Amino acid sequence: MMMAQIQQKEDRLSLQPKKFVMWLFVFASFMIFAALTSGFMVYAGGRGHALNVILPNIFMYSTGVLIISSVTLFLATRATKRQEVSKQRLFITLTMILGVIFFGLQIDGWRILTEMNIFFVEPNASRSFIYIFTGVHLLHIIAGLLLLTSALYTTYRSKPQSIIQFRLEIASIFWHFLDIIWIYLYVFLLLNQN
Amino acid sequence: MSTVAVHDHSVSHDHDHEHHHHDTFITKYVFSQDHKMIAKQFLITGITMAVIAMLLSILFRIQLAYPDKTFPLLTTLLGRFAPNGRLDPEFYLSLVTIHGTIMVFFVLTAGLSGTFSNLLIPLQVGARDMASPFVNMLSYWFFFGASIVMLSSFFVQKGPAGAGWTIYPPLSALPKAMKGSEMGMTLWLISMVMFIASSLMGGINYVSTVLNMRTKGMDLWKMPLTVWAFFLTAILGILSFPVLVAGVVLLIFDRSFGTSFYLSDIVMNGKLLPYSGGSPILFQHLFWFLGHPEVYIVIMPAMGISSEIIAVNARKPIFGYHAMVYSLIGISTLSFIVWGHHMFVTGMNPFLGGVFMITTLIIAVPSAVKTFNWIATIWRGNIRFTPAMLFAIGLVSFFISGGVTGIFLGNSALDIPLHDTYFVVAHFHLVMGSAAIFGMLAGVYHWFPKLFAGRLMDEKLGYFHFWVTFICAYLVFFPMHFMGLDGVPRRYYAMTEFPAFNHWLSVNTFITWAAIVAALAQVSFLYNFFSSIFFGKRATQNPWNANTLEWTAPMEHIHGNWRGDIPTVYRWPYDYSKPGHDEDFIPQTVPLSETMSSNLPHDFEDNPAGLEIYNEWAKANRPSEVK
Repeated sequence: MMMAQIQQKEDRLSLQPKKFVMWLFVFASFMIFAALTSGFMVYAGGRGHALNVILPNIFMYSTGVLIISSVTLFLATRATKRQEVSKQRLFITLTMILGVIFFGLQIDGWRILTEMNIFFVEPNASRSFIYIFTGVHLLHIIAGLLLLTSALYTTYRSKPQSIIQFRLEIASIFWHFLDIIWIYLYVFLLLNQN
Repeated sequence: MSTVAVHDHSVSHDHDHEHHHHDTFITKYVFSQDHKMIAKQFLITGITMAVIAMLLSILFRIQLAYPDKTFPLLTTLLGRFAPNGRLDPEFYLSLVTIHGTIMVFFVLTAGLSGTFSNLLIPLQVGARDMASPFVNMLSYWFFFGASIVMLSSFFVQKGPAGAGWTIYPPLSALPKAMKGSEMGMTLWLISMVMFIASSLMGGINYVSTVLNMRTKGMDLWKMPLTVWAFFLTAILGILSFPVLVAGVVLLIFDRSFGTSFYLSDIVMNGKLLPYSGGSPILFQHLFWFLGHPEVYIVIMPAMGISSEIIAVNARKPIFGYHAMVYSLIGISTLSFIVWGHHMFVTGMNPFLGGVFMITTLIIAVPSAVKTFNWIATIWRGNIRFTPAMLFAIGLVSFFISGGVTGIFLGNSALDIPLHDTYFVVAHFHLVMGSAAIFGMLAGVYHWFPKLFAGRLMDEKLGYFHFWVTFICAYLVFFPMHFMGLDGVPRRYYAMTEFPAFNHWLSVNTFITWAAIVAALAQVSFLYNFFSSIFFGKRATQNPWNANTLEWTAPMEHIHGNWRGDIPTVYRWPYDYSKPGHDEDFIPQTVPLSETMSSNLPHDFEDNPAGLEIYNEWAKANRPSEVK
């Protein structure tokens, strides 16, 4: 009994640094997006072309979907803390489905952009930047979906509650970050539409 | 994030350590998750890469010294890269590029931080391993993969990348521009993406370990300067490497997909290419936003290592411990706002150039603080000239003589004539090349017993290695200042063919021979290093009588570093030659209650109860001193 208590205490102690690892990774990712948006400003502010694109509405819908997915993920976290396993699984799955829908909407956004004759490979690199922003963000979404999968998978294994909670926390830190970074990119593009 | 790791490191009882781990060869030596083994992997890979980069430099030095002679041996060795006994001019550019890339990234970033952050952070802060041992292992294997990809570019038809280690577009963005922009450049980019992934994984681990896993009593102000330096270096890496990723991603799209982020108005073979509006300067901004912090990523670990070694071997507390930490923090912060000084001649607004000039010159302040503190630490110390100490002093010497020329180059007006001349080459080879290499070598000599279970390297060979390398490094780089002042440009295949620079040929020959002697001296190091792993003299557990925690760990490598509990820390790491103590060092694990005769009132700054006990003791034992 004593031994088990020590074990658990140490477990928690050694999970904390790993959570911190995720925070640092979030900082590193943020720097990529900061660099890309600064690149856009240097390009468009210099001799480069302006964007001159009215963003299609589909990006507004995808933003909505991503925000809702953050809400469902929050509900999943709450369910985990209350140890309501079935609710927890439901909300994680819901978050993942919304994530996939977001992914699809972004790709469809690309299709609509090409129909508007706005291509990735074209002399106006401001327009190429739209694809770079969304593309690099989608790569992160894939990573986020993998983290959510691992969080969901853990609930089906006989793992201690601390591990289940930890996996979900890791996934939530990253997923909420992706939500915020997408809003940042979207607002950035909206402000630079002209 | 693996559950295995969670269980492994939760164990704190003796017998568990002996029963838990049945390592196979693969898990012990290849895919090891133990920070000490990963440190060795980084070190040996780093040394291998350093030797390769050194040989490359000898090759292009031969070309510079003997531009008219033919060496049939070169053709035998290099084949199509050296037809008719002379280096191919484009291959010369590849040699310069890969030499720079390997030295800056693979040796002085991964080889230096990778080795010593991995070895020393857990051992000096008192942790059983890194925050995430699995990610740590991945970090090494990404580095190894990056090394292989980088070297593999020597085996493609057109040879390795040739646009310089800074790979400025448009040269690097147009595969048809030159031989070195084709497949070799693609491999360079792939290799660097892997390298950045490795660096980030390592850096994230170091920061998390330092902030979360310190042993009891080890507050931030009790950490050795090595740990401070590795910690701040890792932060710089986390913030700056992602920016290079962004820059490289855009470059890849320009190269392979036809976007115009960096390209505009390019005419090739009389044909106007469709790129428009792009800006090669944009790449320089993104590159140097990483590139400048990168030079501090290179030098700061070496500074930390030297601070520690100088204090240990001068048998004195480091002079100005807080100032040393704050100057590291100052350098780290300033390093992000000086990148423009690499771009003074890009047509930058003179006002902006002035701003970058001021920030650049301000960096001299914390750098000078460090230098003065090293010298003040040595001043009237009870110095032991071990090989490690000599190399640490060598770092101080190079850092001064290379740093002084930085003040010249940091001036936006002076930089115009000096830009891209040998003056710049001399400056950075002294201040970050030689200095950082000496810091790394100092670390290898000093912590060899920790790396390779209680063996020492041979001292006499160490002295020989130091003196030859030290003198030759000055002989190589010092004359370059004068070439630069005369306007000799860098990266030229045969600049002495120009009548204006003809008279520098004799100096070039001299430099080349100094470089060859320096390279030969490294053989003594390699022999010393590898033979000492197996046959080195046995060391005691604490061979240098040092205070830091790593010397309290058992000599043989055990998983989890300490048997039983991790030692508690009671004092800062620099209690050397403390008056009133019978030995000239007091390890961090010795509580103040055991050293009553040497305690001072300021040891109890935030400990009123301790101060009271101290005062009572002083009243009883040292009545003359109590007021």
